[in-house]
Amino acid sequence: MTRTMTLGKAINAGLRTAMEDDPKVILMGEDIGRLGGVFRVTDGLQKDFGEDRVIDTPLAESGIIGTAIGLALRGYRPVCEIQFDGFVYPAYDQIVSQLAKMHYRSAGRLTLPVTIRLPFGGGIGAVEHHSESPEAYFAHTAGLKVVACSSPAEANVMIRQAIASDDPVIFLEPKRRYHEKGEVDPEISVEGAFPLHASRVLREGTDCTVVAYGPMVRVAMDAAAAAASESGPSLEVIDLRSLSPLDMDPIFTSVRKTGRMVVVHEAPGTLGLGSELAARVQEECFYSLEAPVLRATGFDTPYPPARVEEHYLPDLDRVLDAVDRCLAH
Amino acid sequence: MAWCRGVDPVRILGTFRGNDQGGWDPADHNFQLYTIVIGAQTLHATGYAMGIAKDGRVGGDDPAKDEAAIVYFGDGATSQGDVNEAFIWSSVFTAPVVFFCQNNQYAISEPLERQTRVPLYQRASGFGFPGVRVDGNDVLATYAVTQDALNKARGGEGPSLIEAYTYRMGAHTTNDDPTKYRIASEVESWKLKDPIARMKSFLIRQQVADNDYFDSVKADADALAAKLRADCLSMPEPAPDSIFDHVYPHGSPELDAQRATFTRYLDSFADAPAGGHR
Ligand SMILES: Cc1ncc(C[n+]2csc(CCOP(=O)(O)OP(=O)(O)O)c2C)c(N)n1
Repeated sequence: MTRTMTLGKAINAGLRTAMEDDPKVILMGEDIGRLGGVFRVTDGLQKDFGEDRVIDTPLAESGIIGTAIGLALRGYRPVCEIQFDGFVYPAYDQIVSQLAKMHYRSAGRLTLPVTIRLPFGGGIGAVEHHSESPEAYFAHTAGLKVVACSSPAEANVMIRQAIASDDPVIFLEPKRRYHEKGEVDPEISVEGAFPLHASRVLREGTDCTVVAYGPMVRVAMDAAAAAASESGPSLEVIDLRSLSPLDMDPIFTSVRKTGRMVVVHEAPGTLGLGSELAARVQEECFYSLEAPVLRATGFDTPYPPARVEEHYLPDLDRVLDAVDRCLAH
Repeated sequence: MAWCRGVDPVRILGTFRGNDQGGWDPADHNFQLYTIVIGAQTLHATGYAMGIAKDGRVGGDDPAKDEAAIVYFGDGATSQGDVNEAFIWSSVFTAPVVFFCQNNQYAISEPLERQTRVPLYQRASGFGFPGVRVDGNDVLATYAVTQDALNKARGGEGPSLIEAYTYRMGAHTTNDDPTKYRIASEVESWKLKDPIARMKSFLIRQQVADNDYFDSVKADADALAAKLRADCLSMPEPAPDSIFDHVYPHGSPELDAQRATFTRYLDSFADAPAGGHR
């Protein structure tokens, strides 16, 4: 039975299911208890599961992740909320040097099933540090898995899969989509659902492959619909979903068909996910490519003030512009 | 503080309006930009104060030439590693810095008990410098302890911590909902301790100000508020390509190229029909 939910509520429902299924799952973060988080994603969970399992932490991100590591060593499955993308950096050492490497250092004896929920991306008119896209830092770090959800249905099942995973998972939530609604099947099992670390073709097309993730999936889909309605190019849209590890096969298959690829993300272009995707596609699909792989991304600047963010963020026009340039080759 | 340092309040509103990320020149006002990442500024103030000491501007023959730094943060911030590191650094380097903690008892929804089990001012002694708690709703007492701490810092006695005990009357932001985590009677009891009302009754009781004075203050405040609202609404939209300004002091060829591409892209819309996309 499906239900209509916002993306935020879908994550809330996923957290609830995970907590019901496994008493070792605990939530930690700033203001996640009585307030239910600044985006209300954990709304009502402390009331139902108690302060022992939904923990308002002191205001210290390094402490949140560091103690989550300790709790995981003790057999718990911590799900940490970092309030905004720009506040994950105080925890960077704990994530990159500790969380990511413990399994490797212990020769596989220790696993750290820690999930870090990170509302990411811009478009909400916020002040600085509230709109960033830090995913490449984490995708660059071996030992971490990084995923981004793009719709309520995906969010609900992907958060459960992330929690069930024995790996540390950076779970990216497209904060500007928290209020968008969709059909969710909260009963679908973690094992029965589409796998966590797989990319997915959302719309089939023949002229150009457009790869996006998180908040940009909707933009890519809108661009494809707009192009189709104006008898423009036929776009194949792929939701990357897993940023690390990458699931390249659906992308290779698509590019062999279309001969062209545009990658879309909010993060700055230089050394963003688009760079890696372009490199892999030219390694594997060189003779299928009709044009260079192009990117529609944020610029190589700090995230700008809110009144100009619309110019920073790739939108439908920027995506179609990249597609046009790709097709002009 | 910004007001006391002569920063036009509209410059601050520019940041919250989304026009910029700090619209004044810190050097003009001896007043650093705000730090949104909680607690990070305490280390900056400590380093700045270490610079003051290196420059020989503490404990000199002419006290008028001595300098100090003061840094403000909340009760929640005291949990951050940065703040605790700042305490250590300032202590071992005898930096002329005053840590001013505005303890309004809440960090968004989290009450003080989630950050500490001892009164915050007591933390200072563990780091090796004095801490004092002051009634943060008592304007004159707060002024007095601040002046004293700054004078000690200027005189070469090193850091100190002031815990100004107060209360956050409103919501943290427009997104916050305090009814979820605190009771109305708590807020009501703190209304009676309003620092401005207390200052006003003090001035009346001391007979140093009369109704005409308060009327003129109110008129000034109303006029200022009206001007700020108008100035805020009439702030010009920043230019789209301002995104590329000031990333580096001497620019970068790569960014110049990105800016040029972006400008050409924007220009390509010049003859597009108004409304929809291309
Ligand atoms: C490193 C970091 N984490 C989280 C936040 C989000 N945040 C903004 S204000 C705030 C609470 C601050 O509380 P406190 O230090 O007591 O200061 P107050 O706002 O009450 O003056 C939080 C958690 C932030 N800005 N920076």
